[in-house]
Amino acid sequence: MRDAALVAVGGALGSLGRWGVAHVLPAGSLWHWPTFAVNALGAFLLGLLLEFLTRPGVESTRAHTVRLLVGTGLLGGFTTYSAFAEEMWQLVDGGDSAGAFGYAVVTLGAGLLAAAFGVLAGSALRDRPAAGRGDPAPALQRSSDAAGRATQDGGAP
Amino acid sequence: MIAVLAVALGGAAGAVLRFLVDRLIASRQKRPFPWAMIVVNVTGSFVLGLVSGLGMVLGPVWTMALGTGLCGGYTTFSTAMVDAVRLARGHRGGAMLAMVLGTAFWSLLAAAAGMRLGAHWAG
Repeated sequence: MRDAALVAVGGALGSLGRWGVAHVLPAGSLWHWPTFAVNALGAFLLGLLLEFLTRPGVESTRAHTVRLLVGTGLLGGFTTYSAFAEEMWQLVDGGDSAGAFGYAVVTLGAGLLAAAFGVLAGSALRDRPAAGRGDPAPALQRSSDAAGRATQDGGAP
Repeated sequence: MIAVLAVALGGAAGAVLRFLVDRLIASRQKRPFPWAMIVVNVTGSFVLGLVSGLGMVLGPVWTMALGTGLCGGYTTFSTAMVDAVRLARGHRGGAMLAMVLGTAFWSLLAAAAGMRLGAHWAG
């Protein structure tokens, strides 16, 4: 129940943020920058957050709270796949299949790069000696929640 | 003001729905693969298409609550990308590629189908 409440609050804030960005950035006819901007930024920040929070052992209550509120809720709600899909289709429907393809390649390429850089930044922040928790052991994953699921280590509870 | 409320409430409901779908699917999996995010993003794209197709029938506030709020909060790009990076890090490049391209392809088709159906219903 508490978990769902954290996700709900984060989701509300993230969605408002995404909506706000759409009002600030101009929506071009060829490129849909607001969706691209929130998605690339959100992918970077989520990669950073989840990697930073990934520590050996059982997840602390604080890390769990931050992950659900900021990761699953806020950043999950800030970014959107449905608007990306719809915008691709609008380009295809408008006869601009090449534009749709380009939009997909740029969005997915930038999203993957942003997430990868986020993960690198997160692990650098986590493992910095000044953190005082300088345990360089390989990170373990423990959760099966939306934003924190392990896809390589096995995360089912 | 009502628009802010619509987006916030829709976004909260969407994020919780994603969280629940993810728990439900992930708890039944043996081998970790981000099926949950694929299901979430494809179904959410369909519903957003439906909402856009219905457009005038729903009116601006419901379109905002269900489209920008619910579908926007339900679907997620960031989690899909981080999941993909994790697959790559786990030396599952094929799975990563299948996940990234599969989600994009099926979401595109889902959005198209939703829009067509919504426009059809809207008359």
